[in-house]
Amino acid sequence: MKRQRRLSPSILVMLGALAFAGVACGGGDAEEPAAPATTAAPTAVAAGPLRVAIVAPSASDDLAFSQSMVDSVNALERDVELSITDGTFIIEDAAAAIRGYAEDGNDVVIAHGTQFGASLMEIAPDFPDVTFVWGTASDTQGLDNVFAYAPAADEGGYVNGSIAASLTDSGVIGVVGPIEAGDAVAYINGFEAGALAGGASEVNITYTGSFGDVALAAEAAEAHLANDVDVLTGTAQMVVGAVGVATDAGVPWFGTQANQTSLAPDLVVASQVYHWEVVLEEMLALRDGGVLGGQAFEINLANGGLVIEFNDGFELPAGVRDAAEAMIEAITSGTVSTGS
Amino acid sequence: MGDFFTLSVLVATAASAIRLATPYLLASLGETIGQRSGVLNLGVDGVMLLSAFFSYWAVLETGNLWLAVLVGLVVGLAMGILYGVITVGLSATQGISGIGIFIFGLGLSDLLFRQQVGTPKPVRRLPNVDVPILSDIPHLGEALFQRNLLTYLAFLLVPATALLLSRTTFGLNIRSVGENPQAADSLGVSVERTRFVAILIGNSMAGLAGAALVLQLGIFQPNLTQGLGFIAVALVYFGAWRPAGVMGGALLYGLVNATVLQWKALGIIPVSGSDLANMAPAILTILALIALARRVHAPSALTKPFTRH
Repeated sequence: MKRQRRLSPSILVMLGALAFAGVACGGGDAEEPAAPATTAAPTAVAAGPLRVAIVAPSASDDLAFSQSMVDSVNALERDVELSITDGTFIIEDAAAAIRGYAEDGNDVVIAHGTQFGASLMEIAPDFPDVTFVWGTASDTQGLDNVFAYAPAADEGGYVNGSIAASLTDSGVIGVVGPIEAGDAVAYINGFEAGALAGGASEVNITYTGSFGDVALAAEAAEAHLANDVDVLTGTAQMVVGAVGVATDAGVPWFGTQANQTSLAPDLVVASQVYHWEVVLEEMLALRDGGVLGGQAFEINLANGGLVIEFNDGFELPAGVRDAAEAMIEAITSGTVSTGS
Repeated sequence: MGDFFTLSVLVATAASAIRLATPYLLASLGETIGQRSGVLNLGVDGVMLLSAFFSYWAVLETGNLWLAVLVGLVVGLAMGILYGVITVGLSATQGISGIGIFIFGLGLSDLLFRQQVGTPKPVRRLPNVDVPILSDIPHLGEALFQRNLLTYLAFLLVPATALLLSRTTFGLNIRSVGENPQAADSLGVSVERTRFVAILIGNSMAGLAGAALVLQLGIFQPNLTQGLGFIAVALVYFGAWRPAGVMGGALLYGLVNATVLQWKALGIIPVSGSDLANMAPAILTILALIALARRVHAPSALTKPFTRH
């Protein structure tokens, strides 16, 4: 059974109201916000649901990075009471939320963003009984109550790229990325390698410089279309704008992080979907055994943490799906290197 | 670099610049009217976010794009009433009130989106409308005269705003209460009413800007504007409180963004230089503001609440 509660939008509305109240009363300044997590003193871990909290940088239903973790926690085969603070694009807000959840007695606090690492390194030692889960990251910074996680996003990128190469007529494929960091780079590099190995003549890559600027992502896609691109992909939550452009132009789209078929049911070819629950289950099993952290995990095609989900609504040319399945097998068995 | 100077790419870049400039222009023109009356509104971004959400929701529920535009306008108007009551009625500090409006709009649009929609769902986008004859001009027609109606409206509002401010009694009242409200008051001009109406117009245009943004993209997600409203406020300074100057700033900002994106797509800017290139629009704006700072004159009563002596 899963219970969920979210905090950030309500807090922002209250902040706005506080600001109004402050100026209306002539006080001038708005009061400082309370810590995101609110109620109750810490409680001892006992029988009952596992209390898990997620702090995520974007909306929990963004069809991308943040949603992938929320979906994964909801897929855990445990009784979980889930709390979410999302939209924490300001790191200080995320740090307050992480500390608040730890103080509030949560068993597991997931800091879902590479950028939260420095804050976590300060907070985690203060709560030795809490398991902190941090990603995407490849090491735990030596803390024994921190688990790290990362996706081998290049693997699914390579598969998507090889399929894209079979769909392009112009030979030119476009990529819309956010900031050159984290799993975005891995996915894009893997996609480029797969597309070029599959026969594409050119892969044009645009990093817009923002994880959230939908308008800029849309215009990046338009720029690609003006330069003979006839297949597009992209990563991070701002790609919803680029998918809209692809839809209007009738250009196939490849997704990553979450299944993006709902954005363009006729044009999304396939999505690399993150199933963090594969490694979360391992972490929780370790926690059950008294190990609260100190290990790093990776999701990949071999362990089922990365899954290529095809859109049955997009009709692939004969043989392409079989070739893609064979490519997944080859990557899983290690006979194909994705360039990571 | 040669690839960039092909007609098709230049036309695409110009079209992209105009699309990017449209929301900035609508919001900045509205803010120009407000600031000329002496009222600074740092909440433009919050107004845009709320209007964008309600416009999106309207088209999601009804499929009617023009109802969505109207909804955006009305939400902007409603936020204008709120802001007018706070800043004119209660004489509250404009800067803090504006920040409050921004945070309120950011949070409420996010909350409503989660409650009413959840996962982003695409909606119809505003269709492009060809201007008879002009749209047939080779290349230029495609770039300038095959745009959506809100884009045409935004550019038509430039001379309309200029005329309003310079050739009408109401425009004269706006300028007088922005420069010397005590003198205007002594001549029988209602400072409160003039400022209130200016705020309503400005916020309504911010509402239109939010509608234009979301209906150009065909999707909403939390914090869709990404600070666009704050840049719109900066463009008013950039344009020296003149509609034509504001238009120039909006177009320049859009053009720099569009050019950077084209250069990235063409590989003229390598991936390794991407971060540096992303700063280009902001750097350009700062340089322009520095250059303009010595010769522009802000409305004298800007940000100052009016109290009758």
